Amino acid sequence: MVLRINPKNSRVLWWGVFLGSLLPLVLLIYDAATNRLGADPAKEIVLELGLWAAIFLWVDLWVSPLKRRLGLGWLIRFRRLLGLYGFFYAILHLVAFATFMVGWRADLLFQELSERPYIIMGALAVLLLIPLVVTSTKGMQRRLGKSWKMLHRLVFVISILVMGHIIWMIRADYLDAIVFGILLSGALVERMSLKWGPSQTKSVL
Amino acid sequence: ALNDAKKNAAFSTQEKLAPYSNIITHNNFYEFGLSKQDPSRRAQGFKTDPWSVAIEGEAAKTGVFALEDLLSPYQMEERIYRLRCVEAWSMVIPWIGIPLADMLKRFEPNSKAKYVEFTTLYAPEQMPGQKGVFSTLDWPYVEALRIDEAMNPLAFMATGLYGQAMPPQNGAPFRLVVPWKYGFKSIKSIVKIRFTEEMPITTWNSSAPKEYGFYANVNPGVDHPRWTQKTERRLPSSLFSPNIIDTQPFNGYGDEVAHLYSGMDLRKWF
Repeated sequence: MVLRINPKNSRVLWWGVFLGSLLPLVLLIYDAATNRLGADPAKEIVLELGLWAAIFLWVDLWVSPLKRRLGLGWLIRFRRLLGLYGFFYAILHLVAFATFMVGWRADLLFQELSERPYIIMGALAVLLLIPLVVTSTKGMQRRLGKSWKMLHRLVFVISILVMGHIIWMIRADYLDAIVFGILLSGALVERMSLKWGPSQTKSVL
Repeated sequence: ALNDAKKNAAFSTQEKLAPYSNIITHNNFYEFGLSKQDPSRRAQGFKTDPWSVAIEGEAAKTGVFALEDLLSPYQMEERIYRLRCVEAWSMVIPWIGIPLADMLKRFEPNSKAKYVEFTTLYAPEQMPGQKGVFSTLDWPYVEALRIDEAMNPLAFMATGLYGQAMPPQNGAPFRLVVPWKYGFKSIKSIVKIRFTEEMPITTWNSSAPKEYGFYANVNPGVDHPRWTQKTERRLPSSLFSPNIIDTQPFNGYGDEVAHLYSGMDLRKWF
């Protein structure tokens, strides 16, 4: 199955993805402005932004496998964009948490960061995303060459941290964690089968 | 009746009430779903009339009673209590109901009655959350108090709030309210009350014993693994004010209940 996109449509597609990715934020702002978030708007906003950060990250994990396995070559054009959106939502998630839940109270912030394993994992994941964002330009990719690929494998470490962050928050229902977990395991297995499985092409990542 | 409920000034607070609209749309009632809005969306068809309650165990008067008969001897009263959720949010709620002790004494519990166990209705056809395949909780929901906790004047059996009948999503037709304990102890939609000699196995405690103790007294000194219990967010909050306040031992009801736990290590018996 090979889906090809001609260059003219591809521009439209790029703008579609670019603007579509802003939609969750727009809807969230709309809900907040029209008082649709209930008694605890802070929590809703933080959870929603976090969910979208994870979704973008997870979609990004599957860009390369889908390109390789299904020949969806055009997908690769969106890998950086989707990754940057993941970072964008992750930063908003973090800022919303610090502002709306903790009120930027230094003592609470310090306590949360030092005592809550899931918050430590989440914060670490955001921190590790920074070098990936900084080196996401074409110029950096060229300059770093082979080490760029190595560096960007950090995304798997980050995803595992995010997975821990999600699992730790389970109260009684683990459906979300299962969905995210299966998709992450799938991406990891796919990646490993490239390395240790029967050798195909050498174009890794 | 609900409409002539008298305000009990001894069990009240000057703190700002949470609006009715927030109380009925933001709560945990996992039988109707896991999000805070699920109960208000999915409990509207919940049948709470007729309702009967089974009284069992170590008491002279046991049997199945119609709810009207259980409630008819009492003058309803209004009490304004703080409700502190284990998830570190809280609300101030005006409940209508009767003291739990008054009701329990009528069943004449005997000397073996060391605990009181409460059970929520099990009705998966009405309560979609009880069908959840991905849930770690065993149904029906069970909670319990030590008998002296249950007999404490603060413990309350609520049948309404804000002067109206209890909305289905808040635990209609009648529910427990134990304001010095985390909200999950205040079991909803009760169909069975059992007096026991052994400490009952309760739902959250058995699902995650390291996270949810049997006592579950509000205690800023003992953190939950995921939530600090030192502070709480008083709801409704707004984006401009997170409304963070310090959590009080026993949710501020220490004068009334601290003596129940004298000599107990509350870090161990959390």
